[in-house]
Amino acid sequence: MKAHLTRRYWFSASHRLHSDEMSDEENRRTYGKCNNPHGHGHNYALEVTVSGPVEPQTGMVCNLVDLDGFVRREILGRFGHENLNTVAEFKGRVPTTENLCTQIFEILQRGFTLAHLEKVRLEETMLNSFEYSGEAQLRA
Amino acid sequence: MVYLTRKAEFSASHFYHNPAFTPAENQRIFGKCNNPNGHGHNYTLEVTVKGNVNPRSGFVVDLKDLKDIMNREVLDVLDHRFLNKEVAEFAHQIPTTENIAINIWQRLQPRLQAAQLHRVRVYETPDLFVDYYGEP
Repeated sequence: MKAHLTRRYWFSASHRLHSDEMSDEENRRTYGKCNNPHGHGHNYALEVTVSGPVEPQTGMVCNLVDLDGFVRREILGRFGHENLNTVAEFKGRVPTTENLCTQIFEILQRGFTLAHLEKVRLEETMLNSFEYSGEAQLRA
Repeated sequence: MVYLTRKAEFSASHFYHNPAFTPAENQRIFGKCNNPNGHGHNYTLEVTVKGNVNPRSGFVVDLKDLKDIMNREVLDVLDHRFLNKEVAEFAHQIPTTENIAINIWQRLQPRLQAAQLHRVRVYETPDLFVDYYGEP
């Protein structure tokens, strides 16, 4: 029996949307308030969805302790309470929530092997969120 | 095709234990959830059905029928119960959120006629949920 399991996490970070390839005027026009030079912060809500057969002996898709441990170490530990513009993943890349979402997906896909990664969903505010499933198409 | 989701809540207690494991293994794998006296959650259930909109009623499914089926087949069985001890299937199967979602699907699926069951989502807490789409 294949089931999908989703766990929700929280972290806070700051960022500034600014591309070195654009002029100051173009940056302001493209990113608006998000281009303010000192940056600003969000409380991000992260949803990680994994899937797989429910292991008959444990009744689990994967042990949450393992998923929590990985996410805390590799994602919350890396991005939580950081200025995203200063994190290695965003050297030369604008820390939009789209880019953060795909980075988190790639970290999980590389390092978390105990269940199949289906989707990463990232809420920047209550009003906007982003989803990435790698190349797989999102389920309707 | 339109998808319709109905929510419901139930509260229940459970614990995780596999008699095939040693006490030490049970403790290592299930941690605090292995406490034999159980612990409880407020579960939120989301049942999603899909179907074509009936041109006369404008409904995918009569919500009252869906609500009655959910009450009778799921909430009456699981709400305010100790799942391991009071729900037959969980005498031999660990009542993880995964297994609860599958169990709810199996209870609902044969009872739904007008619309097709698409997804069962069970929240154990606001930060943890399982989706089951009836996949083998």
